Amino acid sequence: MDYFFTEEQEMIRDLCRQIAEERIKPVRAELDEKEQFPSEIMKALAQADLFQIIIPEEYGGLGGGCLENCIAVEELSRACCGVSTSYAASFLGAYPILLYGSEEQKQEYLPLIGSGDEYCAFALTESASGSDAGSIATEAKKDGDEYVLNGSKQWITNGGEAGIYTVVAITDRSKGPRGASAFIVRDGDPGFSVGKKETKLGIRASATAELIFNDCRIPASRLLGREGLGFVVAMRTFDKSRPGVGAQAVGVAAGSLDEAAAFARTRKQFGKPIITFQAVAHMLADMATEIEAARALVYATARYIDSGAKDFSKVSAMAKVFPSDVAMRATTNAVQILGGHGYMRDYPVEKMMRDAKILQIYEGTNQIQRNVIGQELNKEYGRKK
Amino acid sequence: MKIAVCIKQVPDTANVKLDPETHTLKREGVESIINPFDLFALEAALRIKEQAGGEIVAVSMGPPQAEEVLKEAIGYGVDECLLLSDRAFAGADTWATTAALAAGIQSLGDVDLVVCGKQAVDGDTAQVGPGIARRLGLPHVAFVKGFREVAEGRLVLERQMDDGFDVVALPLPGLITVVREVGEPRPPSLKGKMRAKKYQAPVMGAAELGLTPEQVGLAGSYTQVVKVFAPSASGDRRMLEGTPEETGAQVIDALVDNQVIMLGS
Repeated sequence: MDYFFTEEQEMIRDLCRQIAEERIKPVRAELDEKEQFPSEIMKALAQADLFQIIIPEEYGGLGGGCLENCIAVEELSRACCGVSTSYAASFLGAYPILLYGSEEQKQEYLPLIGSGDEYCAFALTESASGSDAGSIATEAKKDGDEYVLNGSKQWITNGGEAGIYTVVAITDRSKGPRGASAFIVRDGDPGFSVGKKETKLGIRASATAELIFNDCRIPASRLLGREGLGFVVAMRTFDKSRPGVGAQAVGVAAGSLDEAAAFARTRKQFGKPIITFQAVAHMLADMATEIEAARALVYATARYIDSGAKDFSKVSAMAKVFPSDVAMRATTNAVQILGGHGYMRDYPVEKMMRDAKILQIYEGTNQIQRNVIGQELNKEYGRKK
Repeated sequence: MKIAVCIKQVPDTANVKLDPETHTLKREGVESIINPFDLFALEAALRIKEQAGGEIVAVSMGPPQAEEVLKEAIGYGVDECLLLSDRAFAGADTWATTAALAAGIQSLGDVDLVVCGKQAVDGDTAQVGPGIARRLGLPHVAFVKGFREVAEGRLVLERQMDDGFDVVALPLPGLITVVREVGEPRPPSLKGKMRAKKYQAPVMGAAELGLTPEQVGLAGSYTQVVKVFAPSASGDRRMLEGTPEETGAQVIDALVDNQVIMLGS
């Protein structure tokens, strides 16, 4: 299918495909097995200017939007979702600065993120605060021209690898969700440390760690936007980033179709390639159809966001929930088509199936996404009366 | 530091056709790529620039379409390019090629370092790098596999040998040829590729380089290709068994018996 990319978008796709083939595929099984952060690949992505994609040109970037981001993430995910998670998490951490940073903050941090000299991470989730983001416990108290942070964040992607963290903490508990604020924390800030690195089912090439704030002192100038904007920052960030998760899902699903279709053409049973059996061919046909539908939804949503639209929470949630459900089905069926081979680690599809599961969970579970879509529908149809 | 990198456009296939008249490779109609060893030369130059700063100029001798590999080099991050292209350059052997490349590098002004791949995958001679050094009167180190020190006026290099490696200090200006161990080539960059789209490499011919037609191309070549053929893959095979000493002795015996070699008395 031709999605009428610009020359620049095609360049991004081709370059990411090249890096995926040459750098990621040969090592993905090893990174997964050893649960190892892909430092060399991240360096190559930086050298290829891929961290510049969404950084505006005035800060040295390429000035791309959501679609450019999705194109890159999809291609990288087709080879390894663990690598693409490490890559995309840097943008997740950068969005709060892009959206709410002051001119000084943008000038200080965006060039570092764009060059890949520093990786970025976004820290909202806590051990007792997942889908109920309003219940976060980490506090930030103003003390002169500093803020003092106390608490901990859990399951933070790029934790321990990033140099720049955007952190949501409570500045005024009496105001409830309007009492949260977002801050920039640097690796090396006094009182900041990285706790346990988690072991995971999938996306094992990405680093997931606990962040600990123990009287962590940061200059007051690290506040993003103003006090009380913390949840707005988080929600707007997720609105922007969710199609990226959808793009990961399209990539993982497409990767599993690549494997399953190629296998079904060469694997013979009863004297024939198994793709000639309708039972298998129909599974592949459904995978291909759903993947194309998911891809079209992701691209259409990304283009809508890039057009400057304001009301994109609903479509952004749709562009996460549908592709990630498709990816879970497609990768599970890829394992089924490869049968015993698919269940073995000698083939990449079992990894893809393990990787796909997180896409239904992180950056807002698919249940929360359906809540968002449902609430928006309620509003829309309420207005129509 | 000003670095010149020599790159060659080579055919991207094993099934290249030969010109029955000249016995040289027919390059028309075959997809072309940067000689893979030259990608390692580019990578080496980029790493040296990262440490020492400066400028990288990629130089290629070839037909007009060789501009494509120079544009590709821009994508990898070189600063400028120079294409040496002239009908008179056609049919050049390594000697005549070094005449053009040396003159091209000289035209760039004060070049501190010339970097070449160890050899091209089409000709496989490994002569052009050292030949350029000879023409330019530069010291050279071939088969460089790593850098120990990058300093003003001096490089300390690791030179790959059959049984390990040498550590060699090279005063600059100088020339090196590199092997793949020098470092995996980085991917091209998006900004580089965008620049490459618009980039037009300056072109110089024999006259602009101050070379006469007799010095370059077929006329300036001492090599005469008499016959080129694909060796037939037929022949007997015999598997030898035993310790390396025993099988070695059996190989010698077989070679002597078949009069492939003769033992002196």
